[in-house]
Amino acid sequence: MLLFALRRALQALGGLLALTLLVFVGVWMIGNPADALISPDASMAEREAAIRALGLDQPLWRQYLDFLGGLLQGDFGSSFVYREPVTAILASRLGASLELAFAAFVIAVGVSIPLGLYAGLRPEARLSRAAMGLSLLGVSIPQFWQGMVLIILFGIWLAILPVGGRGETATFLGITSSLFTLDGLMHLLLPALNMALLKMSLLMRVTRAAVMEVKSLDYVRFARAKGVRPHRIVTRHILGNILLPVLTVLGIEIGNLVAYAVITETVFSWPGLGRLLISSIQVLDRPVIIAYLCFTALLFILLNLIVDILYTVVDPRVRDALHAGGAK
Amino acid sequence: MTDRTGPLLQVERLNTSFETRAGTVRSVRDVSFEVGRGEVVGIVGESGSGKSVTGLSILGLIERPGRIVSGAIRFDGEDLVGMSEARMRRMRGARIAMVFQNPMMTLNPVQKIGAQIAEALTEHARLPAREVRARCIRALEAVGIPSPEARMEAYPHEFSGGMRQRIVIAAALVTEPDLIIADEPTTALDVTIQAQIIHQMRRLIDETGAGLIWISHDLATLSELADRIVVMYAGTVVETGTTAEIIGAPRHPYTRQLLASVPSANAPGRPLRQIPGMMPSLLDIGDGCPFASRCERRTEGCARPVPPAVLSETRTVRCLNLPEDRP
Ligand SMILES: Nc1ncnc2c1ncn2[C@@H]1O[C@H](COP(=O)(O)OP(=O)(O)O)[C@@H](O)[C@H]1O
Ligand SMILES: [Mg+2]
Repeated sequence: MLLFALRRALQALGGLLALTLLVFVGVWMIGNPADALISPDASMAEREAAIRALGLDQPLWRQYLDFLGGLLQGDFGSSFVYREPVTAILASRLGASLELAFAAFVIAVGVSIPLGLYAGLRPEARLSRAAMGLSLLGVSIPQFWQGMVLIILFGIWLAILPVGGRGETATFLGITSSLFTLDGLMHLLLPALNMALLKMSLLMRVTRAAVMEVKSLDYVRFARAKGVRPHRIVTRHILGNILLPVLTVLGIEIGNLVAYAVITETVFSWPGLGRLLISSIQVLDRPVIIAYLCFTALLFILLNLIVDILYTVVDPRVRDALHAGGAK
Repeated sequence: MTDRTGPLLQVERLNTSFETRAGTVRSVRDVSFEVGRGEVVGIVGESGSGKSVTGLSILGLIERPGRIVSGAIRFDGEDLVGMSEARMRRMRGARIAMVFQNPMMTLNPVQKIGAQIAEALTEHARLPAREVRARCIRALEAVGIPSPEARMEAYPHEFSGGMRQRIVIAAALVTEPDLIIADEPTTALDVTIQAQIIHQMRRLIDETGAGLIWISHDLATLSELADRIVVMYAGTVVETGTTAEIIGAPRHPYTRQLLASVPSANAPGRPLRQIPGMMPSLLDIGDGCPFASRCERRTEGCARPVPPAVLSETRTVRCLNLPEDRP
């Protein structure tokens, strides 16, 4: 078990190192950050001074080693543009991204799991057919287009919701978020909905498919043959067994909500990580790009770990397989 | 309301069909048989002859697109066909229990086996937790699970196929039902375990006085267990009789062929006789004798409906051209 965890951690570390190297080489191939950062009117002397200040005068391998040296001390470096530690910059954007992801997640899960369950249990019902049809739209409409439709519909025609930016924030239990003010929630609603629609469709289809599969299995029929009441068949025998596939998809999708909100954040001018990434790429702000990608990778590693742990909670077979593997 | 004098179960002219895109699959046609208290009735027939559908019909577990088209299923004097789902649910598990074919699939993989057995009790009556536990342990003991108390906490994957089927049988027996329907319960198991389970089942039936329907495609197994045998072919009952009658003096041409295809200890090394031809499709099947296409004794009359002929109190055969008494 410990060995397993250790091996996983080493693998993750190796992956992260490879990632940083890739970004260094990638940015170097695209262009010189100095060209994007330094005003073209600057004098030769000013330009050289600036390049030296950013460390861009050094050969690439030297820059990379310096970066790794900083990492060992927990320092991701400073942004070329803002001249601030990138960790501070990321942290300042993280709240906005997390609250958006959280709101989208709540909407998506709150709608899709009950609806998917219903559609799986009663595939012929009108509601199930309607939900399936709409979910097809949900997965096929491009997000930016869908976002603009939402803006036109709710922001301009109905004019009931704000269409851009983050609203007022308030601090509660040490967390500053727009979730705690009405204005904040109003601002959050449309972008969250925009991100939720796709996840909702996906999750509903996964849930429905899992329910349809499980409900026709022998153990569900045996439960019925024992005279188990319908609601308990659903909660005990069906839900307990669809958790595994649903958890897998959930784990990936939560990560996507945090890491790939670029389109929604752009359409709704949401000051989150996604927009930071786009602007950083435009000016080749390498430290920010690297820090962002490392953060994203860590996030997925963490989510994977959580999903793996949850697996062992919901399925005794996984639990035993893991114990048997660890005993060797 | 209960009628202690009549048979426990009376299936009368049962018809169960499935509406599929290709047409109506008439899986069970005009099936009639009885089961007495403490009696073991075997249903035998090739795969696809409608045995499982018959069992599921009795339990009211036929799901769309299937339905019971007509007929009566009188259980303890009361017709189960058309009974409300709420009342039917209270019958299932409590008074009529069913054991399925594949023990690897019949238990919920994420639920402890103790809970799965207890469920059959707690879903029907409010019982003190201690009594539920005691009865579950007793049921596990009765089917031969070693150290049942500890095993209550185990999950299905910790057991072998044979052990799992015993657990399923324990879950079926724990409520002391009046009727048990066992659908090929030992088919997936190896021969020694099969024999043990059959032996145990016979003993439990003798002890409890429940009726048992044992579905199998294997006449040899049934001959050890059943009091009477119902032979099914392509959705219909072609012959019924006591086990001695069916095994000793089969009358229907299909039963004779079935018997001839059983591997016999008396003639080792002889190649198995296969029944030539194939069972007809049940899709929009006509009302004539379904065996006619494979029958050596077929005549023109076989294309029309063949009513069952009652040969004796214990015996009916559905054939126009019965061969002589002795095969
Ligand atoms: N859900 C269903 N939909 C359509 N046809 C079915 C369904 N269940 C059973 N059948 C058909 O009914 C016939 C009898 O099946 P079954 O009772 O399972 O046979 P067996 O004697 O092997 O138990 C088969 O032809 C099968 O295809
Ligand atoms: Mg069957």
